[in-house]
Amino acid sequence: MKLLGNLDWSAIPLDQPIPMIASGVVALGILAVLGWIVLSGRLPYLWREWITSVDHKRIGVMYCLLALVMLLRGFSDAIMMRSQQALALHSMGYLPPEHYDQVFSAHGTIMIFFVAMPFLIGLMNLVLPLQLGVRDVAFPTLNSVSFWLTATGALLVNISLVIGEFARTGWLPYPPLSELRYSPGVGVDYYLWSLQISGVGTLLTGINFVTTILKLRAPGMGYLRMPMFCWTSLASSLLIVAAFPILTATLAMLILDRYLGFHFFTNEAGGNMMMFVNLIWAWGHPEVYILILPAFGIFSEVVSTFSGKPLFGYRSMVMATMAICLLSFMVWLHHFFTMGAGADVNAFFGIMSTIIAVPTGVKVFNWLFTIYGGRVRFTSPMLWAIGFMVTFVIGGMTGVLLAIPPADFVLHNSLFLVAHFHNVIIGGVLFGAFAGYTYWFPKAFGFKLHEGLGQAAFWCWLIGFYLAFTPLYVLGLMGMTRRLQHYDVPAWQPWTWVAMAGACLILVGICCQIAQLWVSIARRESLRDVTGDPWNGRSLEWSTASPPPAFNFAILPDVHGEDAYWGMKQRALNEDAAAEPAYEAIEVPRNSPTGFVCAFFATGMGFALIWHIWWLAIAGILGAWATFVVFAWRDRTESEIPAEEVARIDRANRAARLGASTREAVT
Amino acid sequence: MASSISGVRRLAATGDAIRHLRRVALLVAAPMALCGCQAAVLDPQGPVGAGEKLILLDSLAIMLAIVIPVILATLGFAWWFRASNTKARYLPDWAFSGRIELVVWSIPVLVIMFLGGLTWIASHDLDPAQPVPGQGKPLEVQVVSLDWKWLFIYPDQGVASVNELVAPVGAPIHLSLTSGSVMNAFFVPQLGSMIYTMNGMVTQLYLRADKPGAYDGLSTMYSGDGFADMRFQTQAVTPAAFAAWAQGAKASGPVLDAATYTALSRPGVSAAVTYRAVDPTLFRDIVSLKQAPGPGPANAPHIPATAPRAAP
Repeated sequence: MKLLGNLDWSAIPLDQPIPMIASGVVALGILAVLGWIVLSGRLPYLWREWITSVDHKRIGVMYCLLALVMLLRGFSDAIMMRSQQALALHSMGYLPPEHYDQVFSAHGTIMIFFVAMPFLIGLMNLVLPLQLGVRDVAFPTLNSVSFWLTATGALLVNISLVIGEFARTGWLPYPPLSELRYSPGVGVDYYLWSLQISGVGTLLTGINFVTTILKLRAPGMGYLRMPMFCWTSLASSLLIVAAFPILTATLAMLILDRYLGFHFFTNEAGGNMMMFVNLIWAWGHPEVYILILPAFGIFSEVVSTFSGKPLFGYRSMVMATMAICLLSFMVWLHHFFTMGAGADVNAFFGIMSTIIAVPTGVKVFNWLFTIYGGRVRFTSPMLWAIGFMVTFVIGGMTGVLLAIPPADFVLHNSLFLVAHFHNVIIGGVLFGAFAGYTYWFPKAFGFKLHEGLGQAAFWCWLIGFYLAFTPLYVLGLMGMTRRLQHYDVPAWQPWTWVAMAGACLILVGICCQIAQLWVSIARRESLRDVTGDPWNGRSLEWSTASPPPAFNFAILPDVHGEDAYWGMKQRALNEDAAAEPAYEAIEVPRNSPTGFVCAFFATGMGFALIWHIWWLAIAGILGAWATFVVFAWRDRTESEIPAEEVARIDRANRAARLGASTREAVT
Repeated sequence: MASSISGVRRLAATGDAIRHLRRVALLVAAPMALCGCQAAVLDPQGPVGAGEKLILLDSLAIMLAIVIPVILATLGFAWWFRASNTKARYLPDWAFSGRIELVVWSIPVLVIMFLGGLTWIASHDLDPAQPVPGQGKPLEVQVVSLDWKWLFIYPDQGVASVNELVAPVGAPIHLSLTSGSVMNAFFVPQLGSMIYTMNGMVTQLYLRADKPGAYDGLSTMYSGDGFADMRFQTQAVTPAAFAAWAQGAKASGPVLDAATYTALSRPGVSAAVTYRAVDPTLFRDIVSLKQAPGPGPANAPHIPATAPRAAP
C-alpha cells in the first residue's frame, strides 16, 4: 500500500502557468494574512472571538466573508471563460479544452455552493435571531459546525487548483461522463467530496433555522407577525431539509459507482443515467428557490424600510412564499424536456413550471404597491432592490419561455438558457445578497458602508450585467450552445466581445465594492452609527445596539404587531421613553472549537478519499467522531453574563439612542 | 401534424392584439435581425422549427404585455414617490387593499391559464416523436453520438456518414438516436427540436427541411474535451441529388462493421467521411451494448489533440 495513495508529484501542474501563477498568488496572499495575524499577536483574539465563536452574528459574518472571497475566485473563472470565447473563433484561444472545461465546472460549482449559498445563509445567520427577538439560534455549536464544514468544501475546491484537477463535467456531473470510464481523474472526486462535506453543513443549517423559527420567537411574535425575511428563510430552510438529502444520496450513488464499482448510473449492468438526471434536479430545482426565497425576503425588508411603509399585502406575500416553497418540488422535469419523455409528461411539468410565475408575479406587484404612496430614499440597498425588480421580471419571463416545452426544444442548453439563469441568479440572488450586505452591514459592525462607492458599484453591476448577458440571449437564438471551448461561426464573435466588455464592467463594480469596504473601514468613525437604527428600520434587529451585544437583547422584546420595532417607536413617541427595565443575568452559549476541529478532520478525510489515502481517511473519520463525542460529554454549555454587565451595556445603548433622538428633536 | 400546427396557429392568432404584440416580441427577440446576423432559431427552414418559433414569439408577446408595464410602473412609482417630491401623497400606513390583491392575483393567474393551454396543445403538436407529414416515405436515419463525432446510418440506403447528414428536401426525416458513449444532444437549430442521445436507449425525432441548403448541426449536451468539435452539416438536397449522393456513397469509402466502428468510437474528432456499406445490425448492437460503449480516455492509447477546423 502506498502511503500517499494515488498522490504523487505529477498531480501538481508545474507545466501549466495559469493555475500555478493563480494559486501561487492566492497562497502568498493567505500566507501574508496568516503571517500578519501571527506576528501582530492577533491569533489568540481570532481563535477566541471568531474561530471558536458560536455567536450567530460572528458566524454570519464569517459566512459572508467566505462568500465574498469565493466570489472573487468564481468571477476570475468567469472572466477567463468570457475572454476565451471572445478569442476562440477558428482558434483554440488560450485555454485548452481540458483546462477550459475545469474552469466552467468550477465557476458553476463555486458560484452556487460557495458564493450564493454561504452569502444568504450568512445573512440569515446574522439577522434571523435578531428579527425574531431571540438571543441565538436553536443549536449554536451545530451552527459553527455547519459553517466550518462549508469552509471545508470551499477549501477542497481550491486545493484542486494546485493538487490534481477539478471536475471537467459541468457543475452537475451527468453520468456516464462523470463515471470512472470517462472521467478517470480526481476532478469528479474533488467535486463529490467537497459537496458531500459542505452539503452536510447546509443540511444542519436548514435543521437549525427551521427549529429556531418554529421554536424560538420573542414573546408575542406569532407566525403572522414575523418579518417577511423570517418567512422566506423558513421556506428556504424547509426546502434545504427536504432537498439536500436527495443531493447527498445522489452523489453518494455516484461515489459508489466510482469507488466500489457499483452500477447506479453506468452504461452497463443495468445502470441508468436518466436516474441521475432525475434525482439531481429533484434537488436542483428546489435549490434554485432555496437561493431566491431569502433574497425575496431581503427585498421585502429593503423596499418597505426605504419606502417608509409597511410591506403591502403581507399575508398575500406569506401565501406566495409558501406556494413557491411547495410548487418548487413539482417542476424539476423542465430541466430535461429534451430527454424524450412523452408529450403528456412534458406538458404537465411545463404548466406546473409556469404556475410558479403566479406567486412570483404577486410578489413583484406587492413590492410595487409597497413603493406606491411611500417616501422612497434612494440609498444603495434600495437601488439594488429597484434594479432587481426591473431585471428579475425579464429573467422570469425568459424562464417561463424555457418552461414551455416546444420553446425549450430550441433553447435548451443554449446560451439563452445561460443568460436566463444568470438573469435570475445575478439579478435576483446576488443583487439581493448585495442589498442585504449594505443594509445590514451597519448592524453587524456599527458603521455604514460608503454610500458613493456603493452606488458606483451598483451601476457598474447593473449595466455590466445587461452588457454581459443580453448578447448571450442573442447568441442562444443564433444557435450557440453553452460550454463551447471554440467555434467557427464568425457571426457569433462580435456578441462575445460585447459580453466580455460587460464582464469587465462588472469587474469595475467588484473593484468599487472592495474599495468601498476599504474606505468604509478607514473612515469608520465618520460613518459610525450610534443609534443602532441607521435606516429608520421597522423590525426588531434595529431595536438593539450596533453591533449587538453577545446576548442581542438585554430584555427580550414584547411584540404587539407586524413591524414590531416600528410599533415600539410609535408608542415611545406617544408615551415618552419607557422607564429602565429591571436587568437580569443572561446565559449565553460558551464558545467551542468543535466546529473548527471537526472541519479540520473532515478536510483531511475528504482529501484522503479523493487521493485514496485510506489510513488518513480512517484517521479523519475517527477524529471527527472523537470530536463529536468529546463535545457530547461536555459538562458546561453556557456562561453567564452578570446583571451589572448587562445593565452597563444596555444603559450605554439607551443613552446613545436617547442622545440621538434628542439631537433629532432639536434640529 | 400539419393540422395540429395550424391548431396552435389558430389558438395563438386569436386577435389583432396578439399579432401586434408578436411584432413587438420579434423586435425584442431579434436585435440581430437589424444587423443582418444569422438568427438560426428565428430563421427556421422546416415545419418543426417554424412551429417552435411561433410558440416562442407568441409566449414572449403574451408576457411582454405584462412585463413592460411592470417595468415602467416600477421606475415610474419609484421616481414619483421619491422622498424629495413634495407633490406625491405619503400613505405611511397603507398596506392592504382587497381590490388590488384580487387584481394582483388575477393577472398572473389569467396569463398563466392562457399560457398553460398553449403549452398543453403545443407540447402535443410538437412532440419530437410525433411524425411529420411530407412528400414520400420518411427517410430513416440512425444517429449515434460518439466521442466526439456524429455517425449517421441510412439503413434503407445501406450507407453511413460521419459528421454529415444528407436528406432530401420536403421528405420527413425520421431519426432514431442513441449514443455510443456519454450523453449528447442532437440539434440542428434551423430545423428545430433538439433531443438527447443516451447509450443503451433510443430517442425518436421527426424533422423536415423545406428549402435546399446546408444547415449547421451541433451537440448541445456537453460531452467532454472534444465537445466543441461535435459539429456537423445537414445538407438538404433535392430528392434526385439525394439519390445521387447515396449512389456515390455506395461506390467508394470503407465498410462500417464492428471493427471499423470500434476504431471510430475511440475518443477523437473526425472529418466528414462516408461508408459504402454498413453492418445492418450495427445500430441494434450499439443500443443493446453488444458493441461495447466507447472506451473513454483511460483506455485510449492517447487522446488525439482536438484541433479547430480551418476557416472556410
